[in-house]
Amino acid sequence: MAQLTAPPQLLTTTLGKAIRWSQQQSMWPATFGLACCAIEMMATGTAHNDLARFGMEVFRASPRQADLMVVAGRVSQKMAPVLRQVYDQMADPKWVISMGACASTGGMFNNYALVQGVDQIVPVDVYVPGCPPGPQSLMHGILTLQDKVVSGELAR
Amino acid sequence: MMAEPTATTDIWVSGTEAPDVSEWMVAGTDEGAQEMERDETVERSVEQRGSRVVDDWVVDDSVDDDERMIVNMGPQHPSTHGVLRLNIELEGEIVRRVKPIIGYLHTGMEKTAETLTFLQGGTNVTRMDYLAPLHNELCYSLATEKLLGVEIPPRAQAIRILMTELNRVSSHLVATATNGMDIGALSMMMYGFRERELILAFFEKTTGLRMNHNYIRPGGVAADLPDGWEEDVAEILERIPLAMRDYEDLLKENPIWLGRTRGVGIITADECLAYGVTGPTLRAAGVPWDLRKSQPYSGIEAYEFDVVTGSRGDVYDRYRVRIGEMHQSLRIIEQVVDTMPRGDYKTTDRKVSPPPRQRIDESMEALIHHFKIYTEGFKVPAGETYVAIEAPRGELGCYLVSDGSGAPLRMHTRAPSFSNLQALPIMMADSLVADTVACIASLDPVMGDVDR
Amino acid sequence: MSGDSSPGPPAAADEVLASLSEAVPSAEAGHSVGDHVIRVPAEDLARLAGAARDHGFEMCSDITVVDYLGKRRVRFEVVVNLLSVQHNRRLRILVPVPEGDPEVPSLVPVYPGANFLEREAYDMFGIRFAGHPDLTRILMPDDWMGHPLRRDFEVGAVPVQFKASPRVT
Ligand code: SF4
Repeated sequence: MAQLTAPPQLLTTTLGKAIRWSQQQSMWPATFGLACCAIEMMATGTAHNDLARFGMEVFRASPRQADLMVVAGRVSQKMAPVLRQVYDQMADPKWVISMGACASTGGMFNNYALVQGVDQIVPVDVYVPGCPPGPQSLMHGILTLQDKVVSGELAR
Repeated sequence: MMAEPTATTDIWVSGTEAPDVSEWMVAGTDEGAQEMERDETVERSVEQRGSRVVDDWVVDDSVDDDERMIVNMGPQHPSTHGVLRLNIELEGEIVRRVKPIIGYLHTGMEKTAETLTFLQGGTNVTRMDYLAPLHNELCYSLATEKLLGVEIPPRAQAIRILMTELNRVSSHLVATATNGMDIGALSMMMYGFRERELILAFFEKTTGLRMNHNYIRPGGVAADLPDGWEEDVAEILERIPLAMRDYEDLLKENPIWLGRTRGVGIITADECLAYGVTGPTLRAAGVPWDLRKSQPYSGIEAYEFDVVTGSRGDVYDRYRVRIGEMHQSLRIIEQVVDTMPRGDYKTTDRKVSPPPRQRIDESMEALIHHFKIYTEGFKVPAGETYVAIEAPRGELGCYLVSDGSGAPLRMHTRAPSFSNLQALPIMMADSLVADTVACIASLDPVMGDVDR
Repeated sequence: MSGDSSPGPPAAADEVLASLSEAVPSAEAGHSVGDHVIRVPAEDLARLAGAARDHGFEMCSDITVVDYLGKRRVRFEVVVNLLSVQHNRRLRILVPVPEGDPEVPSLVPVYPGANFLEREAYDMFGIRFAGHPDLTRILMPDDWMGHPLRRDFEVGAVPVQFKASPRVT
C-alpha cells in the first residue's frame, strides 16, 4: 500500500444540498409529446440544440423512470385522465413543466374539447410560454426549474 | 427508380373458409368502452369490391387460447407519433387484428373555425398538421379565394409554392428521421432534425415563427420574402442534397434497415384506393397520383418535376418515395428561385386586403377600411366549395361553406392522416409485432391532423 | 388562383353526370363554384354511390355534415366527396337530412374507407349511418353527451381569468 501523501481532499456540505444538487443534475424527462409543441421538444433533444448539455437528454418512455414531465401540447378532455395516470405513475420526486400556450391555458382553443390549462389536472412547476416555444425557451424553462430545485424552492 | 417487384408476397394467402369469430371476439380492454370491431375480417372481404386481396385469416384451432391476447399500445407511447392508441390482438408473436383508437388530441378546431373570421382562420388551420402548417394554410386560403373569386398575383403564388415545397422537405425529413428512430437507426433522427433546422431558420426569418406560421392568408401571403432570401434558399439547396447523400449511405443498402423494412407493412394499390389512402403511401403502392400534377394549384403546373412511385407498397418503398419527393421538391424550389416574378405579394383587391400603410396615414377612409377588415373581416359570398392540395401526407382538402357573412358557416378539413390511418389494420394484419412501429412510422400520421 | 379553378366542367364529366342521374332518377345534378355536385334524397344515397363507383369513382375522399340551423328548412346536409383517380375528376354528393330523423345509409359497403369518416360525422353531428359496422364515437370520449359541431352546441369557452401570481425571478 502506497502511503497517503496528499492531504485528504474533502468537501463538506449538508445532506440536503447534496441531494438537491444530484436531483438537479440528473433530471430525466418523460416523453409526453402531445401536439405541435412536442415537435419542438424533439427538436430540443436533437443535434442542433442538444439538450444533453444539461444532463437531460435521456427521454424516458416509461413514467416509472422519469422525474420530469414536459407536457408539450394541448390536453384534450379525452387525454386528461391518461395524463393524470401517467403523472401518478411517476416516482417521487417529480416535477412538471407545462410547455406552450395550450398546455398552460388552453391557448387559442377556448372550446369544449380542450382542458383549459394542464394545471387543473397536475401541479405545474414551470410554465413555458409560446406557441410553440422555441427550443431556447424550453431550455430556459428547464434551467429555471433546475435553479429552483437547487435553491431549495422546489426540492422534493 | 425502384427495384423489380417481387412476384407475390407470401403474406397474403387467401383463405376460403369463413372464420368463426363469434366465441372469442368480445374482448374489451381494461378501459372498457371500446371493443375490438366484431367480424371485421368477414366484412372486409365483402367490403373490398374490386380489390384483389381476399381476407386470409382463418382461425387456427391448434392455437391455444392463452396464445391470443389483446395488447394496448398508447396513447402515451414513444413510437406512436403522438397520442395514437392501438388495440392489437396477438396470436403469439403475430398481429391478427388492430384497432386504432383516436381522438386523444381532439382540439375542436372545426368549431373554433366557426367563431373566427376568414382572415383569422389561418391561425386555426395552421395548427392542424403541425409538420406541414403551410399546406394547411394554403388549402384553406385557396378555398376562401375560390369562394371570393379573387385573383392572386403571380409573385404571391410563387412564394406559396416556394414555402410549401420547403415545408414538404422539412416534413419528409421528420418523417424519415422518426421512421429511422423507431426502427433503431437513432443517428437518422439526429441527421433529419439537423437539416430541418436549416429550413426552419428560413421560415422563422420569413414568417416570424418556426412553426404555425399563419403566413399564407386568403389574398396572398402575409409579408414579402426577406432581403437576402435567395442566399438562404441557395444554402438550403446546397446543403440538403449533401445531407441526403448521408442518409442514403446510412440507410439505402443497410442490411438491418432492409431487413426491417422490405416486405413489411404491404398495402396494395386497390386497398389504398378503397380505404382512401393518399400521398406517399399510395404512390409507394405504384399509383402515380399526385394532385400537384393531376389537379394543379397555385401555378405549380409551370414547374417541372416527376411523380415518384414505388412498386411493392412496403415500408421501404414509402421511405424511398419520400426521399425521391424531397429531391423533386428541391427541384421545384430551384425553378421557383430562378423564375420568381416581381410584383405584389398579396392581392390588390380592396375587398380582401387592406390599403397600403402610406394611405392610412393620409386618409381617414383608408384607416376605417383597414380597421374594418381586421375587426369584422371581409364578407365572403355564400356558397360551398371543396379544394384539395397535395400535402406531404396526401390529399389535404378543405370543405368551406359560407353564408355570406364574415365567418365560415362550416369549415371542414379532409385530413390525409385520418384516412391513411384506416389502412393501418390492413398493413399490420398478420405481420410480426415488432413490425408494428415500422408500419406506423411509415404511414407518418400526425395526430393533430387526425384528430383536429 | 390560376389553373385549378376549373371554369367549365369537361364534357366527358357531364356524360357521367347524365348517366348517373339516369341510374338514380331522383338525383339532381348541378354545379357549385365550378365543382360537380349531385343532390340526392337519403334513401337513394347508397344506390347513387354504388353507381358512381361503377363509373370509376374509386375513392371516397371525404364525408362530412353541414348544420344549416335556422338557414334552411332541412337542417343537416351530408356531404360526400368522391374522387376518381382513373378519370381525374371529383364529384360531390349532397344529401339533405331532416333534424327529426337524422339517418342516411352507410357507404361502408361501397367504400370501406367511409368507416372513420362516418364515425366522425356521427360523433360530431349525431347523424346515424344505417348499416355501419361500428358506429361509435371516434374523437370524443365514449361517455360524452351531445354532438359538439351542431350549431346549437355551445362552443364551450370558459371565461379567461387573470390571476395575480407571485413574481418569478
Ligand atoms: S401552444 Fe401552440 S404549438 Fe403548442 S400545442 Fe398549442 S397550438 Fe401547438
